[in-house]
Amino acid sequence: MRFGVVVFPGSNCDHDAWYAASRNLGHEVGNDGGHEAEYLWHQDTDLKGSDCVILPGGFSYGDYLRCGAIAKFSPIMAAVKRFAADGGLVFGICNGFQILTECGLLPGVLVRNRGLRFICKDVRLKAATRNSPFTNEIPPGTELRMPIAHGEGCYTADERTLDELEADDRIAFRYVENPNGSMRDIAGVLSAGRNVLGMMPHPERATEPLVGSADGLLVFRSLVSACSTAK
Amino acid sequence: MNEVTPEVVQAHQLTPDEYQRIVAILGREPNLTELGIFSVMWSEHCSYKSSRLHLKKLPTKGPRVVCGPGENAGILDIGDGWCIAFKIESHNHPSFIEPFQGAATGVGGILRDIFTMGARPIAVMDALRFGPLDDPRNGARNQRIVSGVVEGIAHYGNCFGVPTVGGECVFEPSYNGNPLVNVFALGVFKRDQIFYGQATGTGNPVIYVGAKTGRDGIHGASMASAEFTEESKQKRPNVQVGDPFMEKLLMEACIEAMATGAVSGIQDMGAAGLTCSTCEMGSRGGTGIEIDLALVPQRETGMTPYEIMLSESQERMLLVAHAGREQEVLDVFKKWGLDAVIVGRVNDDGKMRVRNHGEIVAEIPSRELADEAPLYNRPYTTPLRTVPLEAPAFQSKNLRADLLTLAASGDLCDKSWIWHQYDYTVRTNTIAGPGLDAAIVRIKETGTSIAMSLDGNGRQCYLDPRLGAKLLVAECCRNLACVGATPIGTTNNLNFGNPERPEIMAQLVEAIEGIAEACEFFDAPITGGNVSLYNETLGDPIFPSPVLGIVGTVKTGLPPGISYRAAGRDIVLIGGVGEADEVRMGGTQYAKQVLQQMWGLPPLIDLPFEKRVQDAVREIVNEGLAESAHDVSQGGLAWALAEGTFQNGIGASIQLDSALRPELLLYHEGPSRVIVSTANLAQVTAICARHGVPAPVIGQTGSARLTIENSGETLIQVSVSEIRQIWSTALESALHAETHA
Repeated sequence: MRFGVVVFPGSNCDHDAWYAASRNLGHEVGNDGGHEAEYLWHQDTDLKGSDCVILPGGFSYGDYLRCGAIAKFSPIMAAVKRFAADGGLVFGICNGFQILTECGLLPGVLVRNRGLRFICKDVRLKAATRNSPFTNEIPPGTELRMPIAHGEGCYTADERTLDELEADDRIAFRYVENPNGSMRDIAGVLSAGRNVLGMMPHPERATEPLVGSADGLLVFRSLVSACSTAK
Repeated sequence: MNEVTPEVVQAHQLTPDEYQRIVAILGREPNLTELGIFSVMWSEHCSYKSSRLHLKKLPTKGPRVVCGPGENAGILDIGDGWCIAFKIESHNHPSFIEPFQGAATGVGGILRDIFTMGARPIAVMDALRFGPLDDPRNGARNQRIVSGVVEGIAHYGNCFGVPTVGGECVFEPSYNGNPLVNVFALGVFKRDQIFYGQATGTGNPVIYVGAKTGRDGIHGASMASAEFTEESKQKRPNVQVGDPFMEKLLMEACIEAMATGAVSGIQDMGAAGLTCSTCEMGSRGGTGIEIDLALVPQRETGMTPYEIMLSESQERMLLVAHAGREQEVLDVFKKWGLDAVIVGRVNDDGKMRVRNHGEIVAEIPSRELADEAPLYNRPYTTPLRTVPLEAPAFQSKNLRADLLTLAASGDLCDKSWIWHQYDYTVRTNTIAGPGLDAAIVRIKETGTSIAMSLDGNGRQCYLDPRLGAKLLVAECCRNLACVGATPIGTTNNLNFGNPERPEIMAQLVEAIEGIAEACEFFDAPITGGNVSLYNETLGDPIFPSPVLGIVGTVKTGLPPGISYRAAGRDIVLIGGVGEADEVRMGGTQYAKQVLQQMWGLPPLIDLPFEKRVQDAVREIVNEGLAESAHDVSQGGLAWALAEGTFQNGIGASIQLDSALRPELLLYHEGPSRVIVSTANLAQVTAICARHGVPAPVIGQTGSARLTIENSGETLIQVSVSEIRQIWSTALESALHAETHA
């Protein structure tokens, strides 16, 4: 499987995503012959044949205005939007999630954490659905442990949107203990077409026991299954 | 003040002697711009004029040392063709005046020192000192400073994308008017990718890159070289404003530009800005640099040459390209959306020549300016001390309550309120993060990880600067041993008061000599650091506060951690209970938190014995025999035992057999002791015996309580959940407590 990792000038988890996909996933024993990851520069429009585009964490363009507010105007995002419209897999993590809500690929918005402080720590979360290319390999009820690291991760939307998301089974992840005040404990949501995921926790930072958890690999493995089924 | 009068010279904090030296170097009177340039380069902050003579005593050589003091950062070879660059730097004065920006730009400055050498920063740690949060007079202000400093560090490091993996934080009245913010950073690169801050090759273009120059931070270096007075707060405009996003772009662009092969030398503009980078690069290269200020990108209009040369605007670098290849460099910076302008050339007459629209506004020999600053052998007597040598009579009313007092104290309580604000997992290299004895980051490209320990203890250094400093070095090395690492090098930040006072100068001299002796002994040469003097407010000096950052290497793998992991394991006290007497209790946390007094001397240390303890622990950890390993330091044995229970909620039952009186047995802070829990007692004992180190089994893990007995008498019994609750909530409640203004 081929991952494309978008690099905005202020992306700082681009390497983490690249390493998780091409090394920790890519070198797993028993997979179908290795997975690759390639960087996609924000001023380019070529997705280089990616099966899944990752919008990594960081501060895209500094985020002094509003997280992700400038990123939505970048050339690469025009290409990503077309890719998503055609059913392509788009995976936004942390700042990537913020960008996806800013450019309208996902509903809702991420506001300042309850308590107003940046929070970095391991959290526990559960997949709220198995019916998605990002969660199909996660056994129901499994608690996953992975870090969060954000100042603006409080998922917020109006009641009707939240009801719709629930009715359409589009909540991908929920926190077991809500760290940031997100409405209805939401940690990640899916697009209507289920091919776009945004989540605040960092699965790419939890892909080997050496750094504390390998639970994030389940998300990557789900993508591999979805991709091989589609082919 | 365009004329250089004696008043103007004095306002620049230059003495009449120093002024005469300037006249001798130039062969004429300086103009105002030149005077300003000399004043920052010859400030204490930039020239180390009071400390240089003594810094020469530090050991700086070793088989792994690629680059010692004098460059932007020290470099050590870690094998397999890889190197690390690391250094610590203070931003004390700015952080007091404007906590958020002061601390943020402290992080920015040290990160630039690392990537200017070609290394990508992979870890940051901070040593913080504040006045007490419940101080009746200054508590509210101290609370604001803590919040601001932590937020500033978080803001800069998190956005830049470097993990803040550890550090320490201490509260003392002596830091009420003078907090300390010392930031350590470490980067990694290949041995053949090192760049130095030197200008070589006559005619090579000099390129200014990064943020535009503004009026911020003018004379920051001089401000950092003076005592605080009531007027200091008016110096807020001297504090720079940081832009971590700009810094991130600058780092990526610099590393990419270096990879083209078109860069010959590079240096960041930190303290003393454009002045420092132009004269130091010339001096190191045996050349000079000629620039025209009209070409320098400027944020404001109407800036004078004086202001441009002395600005400390952040996120700027000066680099020298190979002539003919400048376009390659300019293209990289354009890609990252940064200003990059050729502002001058390298010359061969050794002069730093500054023009403004062609007209010469300053002309100074680089080497004399950079390296011929006055050197002072300041008089020193005996270290300042106002506390008694003799111990007061003391007896504990309740040893259990004492332990809970320690748990609730600012120094020993849980600091996760601080480090949860730092991104410590970015870059996915953090194997051991904040809150442990030592932090560990792995190098992905090799099988080696880097362990780091940052430590200071102003109290013990006040009681005896020489011995206190030795204890610090030993503790850092012991922390590294607890994660299986071998020390390879040291960076130091020497925070002291006014060196013009002989009793303060004596503190500095003795501390340096103590560090020198211990670093030599542990084979951990000093590769650089920072000296921060004049840490006094209204004549009140801080405790002598050397902070040491010692780094070590260890094979990549999971370390044991400090917490008991399973019930029924043997707890071994490697090194034994140690020796103590009342006089050597005076600098302990027990004396501070329980008795609220200070007296006496630090504990003694036997360096060869300490080394044997560390060797034994390192071997035990690396053989995988320890389920937990934690050194006994502040708070003593009882506190170290308690800390082992917090993470997993597994308690311990301890049976000691010592003739020491309980207060001493439980709370003395003698060195050379490590607590290990193990399922392999026989092997642990055998290793300790081979190293000639006592290793009594003092109890077993298990239950949900911590019980400590001595000779059959129960001294302390406490439930893990009770003490953990106190420990984990203390800092946040103190930060929000009402204080009496």
